[in-house]
Amino acid sequence: MDPAGRRLQTRRLGRVPYADAQRLQEDLVRRRRAGEVDDQLLLLEHPHVITLGTGADRTHLLAAEEERRVRGVELHESGRGGDITYHGPGQLVGYPILDLKPDRKDLHRYLRDLEEVLILTLEEFGIVARRSSGFTGVWTDEGKIAAIGVRVSSGWITSHGFALNVSTDLDYFGMIVPCGLDNRAVASIESVLGRPVELAEAMAGVERQMRAVFGVVEGAPVREG
Amino acid sequence: MPQMGESIAEGTVSRWLKEVGDTVERDEPILEISTDKVDAEIPAPQSGTLVEVAVEEGETVEVGTIVAYIDTEGGAAPSADEADEDQEDAREASAEPEPETVEDDDEGEGDDEETTEVEASEEAPESAEPDSAEERLKQRSTPVVRRMAEEKGVDLSEVKGTGHAGRVTKQDLLDHLEKEEDAPAPEPAKEERKPARPAKVERPAAAAQAPSDLWKTFYGQVQHPEFPVRDADRVETMDKIRRLTAEHMVVAKRIAPHVHSFIEIDFTRVDRIRRQNKKKWADQGARVSFTAFVTWAISRVLRDYPMVNATASGNNIIYRGNVNVGIAVDLDPGLIVPVIRDADHLSLVGIGKKVIDLAERARSRKLSPDEIQGATFSITNPGVLGTMVGLPVIPKGTAGILGTGAIEKRVVVIEDPETGEDSMAIRKRSIFSLGYDHRIVDGADAARFLASLKELIEDFPEDA
Repeated sequence: MDPAGRRLQTRRLGRVPYADAQRLQEDLVRRRRAGEVDDQLLLLEHPHVITLGTGADRTHLLAAEEERRVRGVELHESGRGGDITYHGPGQLVGYPILDLKPDRKDLHRYLRDLEEVLILTLEEFGIVARRSSGFTGVWTDEGKIAAIGVRVSSGWITSHGFALNVSTDLDYFGMIVPCGLDNRAVASIESVLGRPVELAEAMAGVERQMRAVFGVVEGAPVREG
Repeated sequence: MPQMGESIAEGTVSRWLKEVGDTVERDEPILEISTDKVDAEIPAPQSGTLVEVAVEEGETVEVGTIVAYIDTEGGAAPSADEADEDQEDAREASAEPEPETVEDDDEGEGDDEETTEVEASEEAPESAEPDSAEERLKQRSTPVVRRMAEEKGVDLSEVKGTGHAGRVTKQDLLDHLEKEEDAPAPEPAKEERKPARPAKVERPAAAAQAPSDLWKTFYGQVQHPEFPVRDADRVETMDKIRRLTAEHMVVAKRIAPHVHSFIEIDFTRVDRIRRQNKKKWADQGARVSFTAFVTWAISRVLRDYPMVNATASGNNIIYRGNVNVGIAVDLDPGLIVPVIRDADHLSLVGIGKKVIDLAERARSRKLSPDEIQGATFSITNPGVLGTMVGLPVIPKGTAGILGTGAIEKRVVVIEDPETGEDSMAIRKRSIFSLGYDHRIVDGADAARFLASLKELIEDFPEDA
């Protein structure tokens, strides 16, 4: 790696089914480990899906099987850390596939850095967001606005990442206890600002802040899908 | 457990990707661990055969704990490049499965004890001549096994090791414990000579656990703090019943918000019925104690108060379909709670026989495991020793416990139902306490429950 900083390739993938995104990540993790590609940042949206992290407590899935099907919400097990979460349209999902070896072989630092990216992105929207001591994720006064759950594969290659509610229909969170945190409200950029916000606006912010926080020097964005 | 970040003190083994006996390649992932919101694959530091898994799935261990042993075929020393990269930590790195590049992290945390063990296992298992029995013992077991042995009060030198190089594995220890349980009674002499363990070095604070792990620990694990021993003191290891009781009580109190309500109940009528029928029951081979009367009555009342015969479970309430009443029996020393199943279907005499039978077999340690499980409600009777009333702890997984106070003659004021005139009378009375889980039983529920119980006992049916 260039000692001056990290090369990051951003891919805006549009709306991607959860299983497809998992396969793509696995492939990129392998290629990143082999040094075939630069660091990657996948930015995308998922169709309605509830995912269970490896630490998931199934009692945190509040919706009955029937309700879930009727509302067209898939259920997936996921290799990321953490409990249960919801993804769906209007939520910006970011999957950084980074090699942490050169500069940050520290999982907590990585989590805090991802939070920093999201906090700075929200700041661009004029939203004051913060960490919550002892928990991972980003909160506003209105509630939890972004969730984080990551996986580190051998060789310190990251996958999975964060989910930032931009214009998410927050009703869907009623089907779960977000990340096992009971009685905590959820928020989105739209719900805080009270005006419509395009997903692309948030994508641009996240990409900008990702480059700032992780010391990215170059790497062209790639548009796919 | 490799160092995965400065502020990470421990990790949970979420999955073993390889089994004992499997051949592993260097850098091949052999297990997955989880910490906080992160899952991580841990690759093998060396090629070889996985000979021992020291930490089971679901266990949480501190950074630096050995999680597995890899036989590197001929006890290969750390490969040259690793040794070059970091001389100081090379020994540790050779046996600790870490992401291959972690070595250049500043991670001298692994303490000397761990390093000794690595050397013993990897380099010279047979020929090394340890300095002391203590050292020998350490080499024969893993830290996890040692900690477990310490918790269970087992002297590892008495356990036969079947692991790598005669090491005592977790299974060996479990087998040993099982044998111990089957053995008649522990030898107190041996237990007494065990030296008190000085307060151990504090574990690193688990500051950054995931919330779910934190709750799991809070609700599941009990660690009793240690205290210094003074000169004239005697130290005994807790026996199994004491240990289980201690653990259960801590967890029970942690979980359920306890509330206690009291009611005074007149036993004059029960006392009369009991005396009148004593001979008849004796002819039937039964003895019907006050506890039997109370058990009979409460099992009927419980049917009408499903929230008391229930348990909070996650965000649900489980209303139990059976009324199984646990009755605390004093073993002096010790306590055990045998269960009368379906007490609401038994007659008074049936319950009387059951109470005597269970209590006797509890004292002679002849209860089967299923006779002490499955209680949906419990009764404890401190009154038998003269105590006026108690504040009992609600057993885990239930919502209530009744404490029965001493039945004593008291002077009470009675109002004549016809003339309305007050008079003083001597009556047999007792104060009962109900401990209940306020998550699912409210004060008014408890009040109604106790009132119903009082009514039933004071108006006890002749033909029960």
